[in-house]
Amino acid sequence: MSELPLLSLVIWTPIIGGLVVLAVGDREPWGARSIALVFSLLTLALSVPLYAEFDTSTAAMQFVELSPWISTFNINYHLGVDGISMPLILLTAFTTVLVVIAGWEVIQYKTAQYMAAFLVLEGLMIGVFAALDAVLFYVFWEAMLIPMFLIIGIWGGPRRVYATIKFFLYTFLGSVLMLVALIYLYYRTGSFGVLDFHLTPLGLTEQILIFIAFLLAFGVKVPMWPVHTWLPDAHVEAPTGGSVILAAIMLKIGGYGFLRFSLPITPDASNELDWLMIMLSLIAIVYIALVALVQEDMKKLIAYSSIAHMGFVTLGFFIVFAIIAKSDSMQGAAMGIQGGMVQMISHGFVSGALFLCVGVLYDRLHSRQISDYGGVANTMPKFAAFMVLFAFANTGLPGTSGFVGEFMVILSSFKANFWYAFLAATMLILGAAYTLWMVKRVVFGDVRNAGVATLTDINRREFLVLGALAVPVLLFGIWPAPLVEVMEASVQNLLEHVAVSKL
Amino acid sequence: MEKVYLGIVLAPLAGAILAGLFGRPIGRSGAHWVTIIGVAISFMLSLVALKHIVIDGAEPFNGPVYTWMVSDGIHFEVGFLIDRLTVLMMTVVTFVSLMVHIYTIGYMRDDPGYQRFFSYIALFTFAMLMLVMSNNFMQLFFGWEAVGLVSYLLIGFWYKKESAIYANLKAFLVNRVGDFGFLLGIAAILMYFNSLDYADVFAAAPFMAGQTIEVIPGVEWSLLTVICLLLFVGAMGKSAQVPLHVWLPDSMEGPTPISALIHAATMVTAGIFMVARMSPLYELSETALSVVLVIGAITAFFMGLLGIVQNDIKRVVAYSTLSQLGYMTVALGVSAYAGAIFHLMTHAFFKALLFLAAGSVIIGMHHDQDIRNMGGLKKYMPITYWTALIGSLALIGFPGFAGFFSKDAIIEAVHASHLPGTGIAYAAVLGGVFITAFYSFRMFFLVFHGKERMDEHTRHHLRESPAVVTVPLIMLAIPSVLIGAVAIGPMLFGEYFAGAIHVLPQHDVLRELGQHYTGPMGFILHGLATPTFALAMLGVFFAWLFYLKQPALADKAKELLRPVYDILDRKYGFDDFNEVVFAGGGRVAGRWLWRIGDAMVIDGVAVNGTARAVGWFAGVLRHVQSGYLYHYAFVMILGLLVLVTWTWFVLG
Repeated sequence: MSELPLLSLVIWTPIIGGLVVLAVGDREPWGARSIALVFSLLTLALSVPLYAEFDTSTAAMQFVELSPWISTFNINYHLGVDGISMPLILLTAFTTVLVVIAGWEVIQYKTAQYMAAFLVLEGLMIGVFAALDAVLFYVFWEAMLIPMFLIIGIWGGPRRVYATIKFFLYTFLGSVLMLVALIYLYYRTGSFGVLDFHLTPLGLTEQILIFIAFLLAFGVKVPMWPVHTWLPDAHVEAPTGGSVILAAIMLKIGGYGFLRFSLPITPDASNELDWLMIMLSLIAIVYIALVALVQEDMKKLIAYSSIAHMGFVTLGFFIVFAIIAKSDSMQGAAMGIQGGMVQMISHGFVSGALFLCVGVLYDRLHSRQISDYGGVANTMPKFAAFMVLFAFANTGLPGTSGFVGEFMVILSSFKANFWYAFLAATMLILGAAYTLWMVKRVVFGDVRNAGVATLTDINRREFLVLGALAVPVLLFGIWPAPLVEVMEASVQNLLEHVAVSKL
Repeated sequence: MEKVYLGIVLAPLAGAILAGLFGRPIGRSGAHWVTIIGVAISFMLSLVALKHIVIDGAEPFNGPVYTWMVSDGIHFEVGFLIDRLTVLMMTVVTFVSLMVHIYTIGYMRDDPGYQRFFSYIALFTFAMLMLVMSNNFMQLFFGWEAVGLVSYLLIGFWYKKESAIYANLKAFLVNRVGDFGFLLGIAAILMYFNSLDYADVFAAAPFMAGQTIEVIPGVEWSLLTVICLLLFVGAMGKSAQVPLHVWLPDSMEGPTPISALIHAATMVTAGIFMVARMSPLYELSETALSVVLVIGAITAFFMGLLGIVQNDIKRVVAYSTLSQLGYMTVALGVSAYAGAIFHLMTHAFFKALLFLAAGSVIIGMHHDQDIRNMGGLKKYMPITYWTALIGSLALIGFPGFAGFFSKDAIIEAVHASHLPGTGIAYAAVLGGVFITAFYSFRMFFLVFHGKERMDEHTRHHLRESPAVVTVPLIMLAIPSVLIGAVAIGPMLFGEYFAGAIHVLPQHDVLRELGQHYTGPMGFILHGLATPTFALAMLGVFFAWLFYLKQPALADKAKELLRPVYDILDRKYGFDDFNEVVFAGGGRVAGRWLWRIGDAMVIDGVAVNGTARAVGWFAGVLRHVQSGYLYHYAFVMILGLLVLVTWTWFVLG
């Protein structure tokens, strides 16, 4: 099994699948859907060995593929995964299957193109996580934006043009500087190998400039405050599937970038600027949570909630320096990074599920306004059960995956500074306030209007999708060990690397 | 025994899952059978565990069930610590839960959410057991939040009712404020003890006594004080201590069986249990103990006062619960942990009894809960009447009843303590005795005696509730009478809690009291001679005078004490304050940050500004791309010149 180029397969299978779907076209929408489903399932199946045969004892890259691509510039087709990227690839493959099923009858307009866009997007996103060559990474990184633009631009809401332009402006700004940084690193190392970048010594000024370039690229993706305002707009305009992928995977690419690039390439700059990162993360948690509280549009609310939850990710990543400085040991630092990573995976399930829940309602009443609902539990009891479950996962309730990451990050940030933990823990109150207040107004209460009275409960397809997300949400809440275990070696390795100065 | 312990928690969980997921196929009776059997198994096995630990004198069990995760070398385990404190809690929880399950068959008979209700209460039993059986802080927090979740689901069980879904949101959020402190306390423990295992933490605690922590830079606080206070914030939420008590009266919006089970007997005592469990930590911080003492005293006295002005039968009992929780907290504060747990146990029985009796009255009254519309129910509902009388006597601490032993012990313990704050606390708990007796019998007389004030239709249908309701009442009435006399010897003055609860010799007020203890009879005789008994009797007398003998007096007193009445009626303004400052303030802050921060500054200036700048720049560029070759040639030459100059000067 391991002789197969598994990573190439999981990247190219969905892309080829997407082209096949396009070729078949949507004269027969059923055909396009089925082919899309088959390819997405195939990709998921191909990604399973990545977990099953993963060696948790080593931090080295696994399933490595390396062949020259543009040898003049020493650019290689170099793929590999470690404990940081592998879970994200599985999350991508898993989520795409759900998105294909979720869009089944819902998307009537240009079905084939819709399915194709998601399949291609899947391959490109997996490529981002698997690429170990900076040029290859950058190609996937930029290419992945194209299907996303199309998804929002073609199947999006009324203000989709504004949303796409905003999205483009933000991401473009970040990407360009990142490209400059990558080229600079090439000049320094003579290679585009990301792992070579990790080893090359750099002066502090260089590091800070590179760090800022990366920060703009990844910070926009996460998104961090104050470069977050594209996300609510993009979510509101995107079709349900687009929102799911955006929240579940695309935001994680920013977090992944910090771990793969910023921390190991510029450890001293990270150390120097960690106060900035911590500050921005804490602002994201408190400020954005308050903003989420007053949203009237469910998608906007969940979008803001995502930003606040991603604050835990960046907080967990950059808390390490303060812990090391305070305690003179790395004890507790790994938990922050692992917590951030667990939070990324969990947020993938939970926010994806919440966006799907909103989608279920939107498909029926064509409104995302909280005030248009009320008493949904009366007419959609099964749906209500799922929505309440995912809402509680969003509030970080123990027993759901949402708890694990937040718990770890709060525990470790206490080691850095009482007040970091204090501010981060306000999420316990604010997160519950905005999520459950929404649940109260949407799910509970008496039937509010004629629209709600006509609602029909979720069908088997919707049940399948939400149920498929409920399983990991509960599983990793009750037993996160398998998830944390695969990260352990890579995180320890990253920490040892980060703790050594490059100056 | 490990299998027994596993069975204790898994049996109710299995019941909850079956009733919850397969409610339709198994039907209504299927749902109550699977959950009742589950909880009954759990109760039986708890008795086995009780016998094993207490009677056979087996060593406490402390072991993992499975590893939740390993991060950073720290093992997060799910595991059990089964000692004398735990088995007691397990037995009380499963017994009351079983009674409530049976009672529910009658109370919820016509409810469309029957299966869902059984699923929730069985799930609650599971969560509560996980909480008390935990051997580490992580699982404690797990159970802590899980019982909060089920409480939320059950308060809002009738989700069509606006007041119910307001109350459950409020309950959850207020509890989250407590959990916020609790979680920070756990984080502090992990940081300094490097473990979340009780055994490790307790063993290391004495060595941490001198350790300080700088929460505010430059100010050194005792680490253990900070930890204990943070944990106590959690207890204040769960056990509804002032000022985090505001959710408990509103939680009465839920169906009555859960008011008995969750909001009287078990969940709300989780905070009390937690502090008792953490006695090795609390003993090391007198500051924390003083805070606990004062908060408890305030709750015991002032929440009792509110019970006097309530007219909803359940709310009277709810305020009484708040006040009794205050008594337990006071006991914790004077290091009489065993007294707190003892009162927790007796209270669980008689308060569950009172709630279920109130529920029985509510069934009889066709869900009218206003005691002003009741009266004279004695002759229609004799079993409810007698059991309610037993419950009320136990509550006011009438000599011989269960509550007498536990409450008197607490009052005596406060009297004997030397901690700062005991003076106020002693006055509060003594005053509380009068108040308790007054509001309890005010309610009792208004409901069961005097004129029949209900409408004709209701009176016509008044009759005793069915056996599924009355049998649990009787079953709970038995321990409400007996358990005090039986348990006081070993629990308070014996060695029952040796090893489970840790008290420093200089704090050990119960040992001091124990020197004069000669047995339950002697305790009763001594009790008759104390001011406590006189105060209780005075309370009953005034209740009789005001509400039975001379009802006009009550109105006169109300007019006379108008300002006081108004303050009580507004519940000291806590709700108004929270509504305006926290709920309102949060929304205003959110709106402000959104409109000004996001929309005006970031989007308005930065993003759209950039967009405009790009637009302007593009406009400029358009002029540059003129299409004239000589323009391009000129720019190329210019560029070349710049490049050459740069190379010349910079690269030399």
